[in-house]
Parts: sequence; C-alpha cells; structure tokens
Amino acid sequence: MNPDIGEIWVYLSTTPLLGLTLTLVAYQAAWWLYQRADQHPLLNPVLIAVSILVGILWLTGTDYNTYFDGAQFVHFLLGPATVALAIPLYAQWQRLKAMLLPILLTLVVGSLTAALSAVGVAALLGASRESMMSLAPKSVTTPVAMGIAEGLGGLPSLTAVLVIATGILGAVSARFVYQALRIDDHAVRGFGIGLAAHGIGTARAFQVSEQAGAFAALAMGLNALITALTLPWILPWLTRLF
Amino acid sequence: MIAALTLLLVFQLIGEVLVRGLDLPIPGPVVGMGLLFMALIIAKGPGDDLRNTATGLLQHLSLLFVPAGTGVMLHFQRLADEWVPLMAAVAVSTVLSIAVSALLLNAMIKGKRNTAEGDAQ
Repeated sequence: MNPDIGEIWVYLSTTPLLGLTLTLVAYQAAWWLYQRADQHPLLNPVLIAVSILVGILWLTGTDYNTYFDGAQFVHFLLGPATVALAIPLYAQWQRLKAMLLPILLTLVVGSLTAALSAVGVAALLGASRESMMSLAPKSVTTPVAMGIAEGLGGLPSLTAVLVIATGILGAVSARFVYQALRIDDHAVRGFGIGLAAHGIGTARAFQVSEQAGAFAALAMGLNALITALTLPWILPWLTRLF
Repeated sequence: MIAALTLLLVFQLIGEVLVRGLDLPIPGPVVGMGLLFMALIIAKGPGDDLRNTATGLLQHLSLLFVPAGTGVMLHFQRLADEWVPLMAAVAVSTVLSIAVSALLLNAMIKGKRNTAEGDAQ
C-alpha cells in the first residue's frame, strides 16, 4: 500500500467520521435500489445496507466496535424516532378508539403466538435451551427483547441478532402473507406487521401508508409491554410441563 | 425543526427517568411515545413543526436499524452452529404471528370498517 494512503487510513479509522459516512452511503445505495424496484419488499433497505456494510468491514478487517464508534450517532436517533411515533398514532386516534377491544385481544393472542411458536419450532429441531430462551422474545423491539432474554436465561446479544432477523423477515414476507389471506385494510396490515416484526416492520409499514405505519407503531409499543409482562411467567411454567 | 427535536428528546428523557425510577419493564422511548401521545390528545394535535420533523424522521426509520443490524457479524460462529433451528423458528413464527394477528383483528372489526383504499403492501 502507498504510505500516504496508509496514513490516511490510520487517521480515518480513529475518528467516527468513517463509520458514520459508511452507514449513510450504504443506506443511500440500498434506498436507491429499493426505489428502483418500486419498493419491492424483497429488496428491504435494512437487509441490503447491512449486507453492504458487513462486506466492507470484513474485506477491510475492521472490527464492529470501531465501526460502531461512528455508527452510534445514527443508532442514537432510534430513541427520538420512537417518541415521534406518537404523531402518526395521534392521527389515527378516532379509528383507534373504535377498535380498542379487538386490538387488545389480538395483542394477547399474537404476542403468545410469536413467542411460543418460535420456541416450539426450535425445540422440535433440537436447539439448545440457551438458544430457545434467546428466541422467545424475538418479535419485541430490541432493548426490551434483550432484557426479557436475560431474565429467561438466554443470551441478550444473540437475541439482538434474532430480533433484527425477525424484523427483516417480517418486512419482506408481510405483503405475500396478506395477499394470500386477502387482507386489504391498512390498519389491520400495519397492526400485524408491527406486532410480529417491531420497528423494522413499522418502518416498512410507513413506506406503504401512514395509516399502516401508525397501527404498526401501536402494535410494536403494546407488544413490548405485554410480552415483557407475561413471557417471564408463562415460559418457565411451560418448560416445566415438558 | 430544532424546537421539535428538543421536544422529542425531552419526552424521551422523561420516559427514561420514569422507567429507571419506577423500575418499569419497557424502554424509556416507548414510555416517551405514550406520554407524547397523551399530550397530543390534550393539545388536540401537533403543530406543523412537530408534524414535519416527525414525518422526516420516520420516513427513514429503516436507516436507524442499520448499525444494530451490522452487529450480526459478531455472531457468525454461533449462527453457523445452530443455523437451521434458529432460522426455521424465526421464519415460521414470524409468518405465523403476522397471519394470526391480522386474521383475528380483521375478523373482529368486520362490519364497522371504513373501506381501506390503496394498493397491496
């Protein structure tokens, strides 16, 4: 390597600028592709951007912590963005009030379906106990899911990866599930994807319509609450039965 | 835009303080979202500045998950070892929970719905 380029690289790898810029450039590329494909769910921008970044970091031998020093500025915005979900939610307030009871019932059933079906499939295929406990809260938004997994005896860092995988898979598959089931109501579509696929599902729902996004945000928030309150009781009780 | 961002951060901060103070099982920003929602009901809706800032931020919500998603590179070994049960469990349960919750909610609100417009998701 030319010594000048080597010096520049040493400088860049010690500042947050490179990690931050790489994240934005990778996302711009992913977003451009997503728009070119008419926002086709298979070209999910999170999936594409993450693939580009993992490739670059792997090729340059950069470790994740060095990258995250820069990327944390983007990561930080998740907090205020979550608070901002109150605004589209408020826009749906009238509709929300009218369907409060169906929403609460769906929430309980959906939350249990997400957790128990994941643990069930993993158990059938011979996953370790640690993996099963890490899987259980995978439909819940990352910080809550990590806390639940820790309480159950899972691995919080593995849970974080499974949560992101769930979000991407939900965002990719929801359209096909809804088409097969002939569900057209954007409130219902949003609620399903937000419950099963948390923030990444919610991001996808906002790209489809504001109403879908608002109901996805609602489902994501309520599912975090109900899963955190019920799963730590239900799962140990169930595993004792088998 | 700065005023709106300040407001969002203040609500997040209140949420974080409440979660730590009361030992709640949910994250601070989710509590902040709930509090801002209640504030909007009292104030009868957001101002233009807040609405525009929120729309701008949420338009690219996907971007904000990219740094955490890149963390997958820390777990290549574990994923290689237990790849089949983990991915099967994620795939089956994600599709199943989308289908179950959408079908259930759809069945319960049938009749009192205003027809949804727009194309497929």
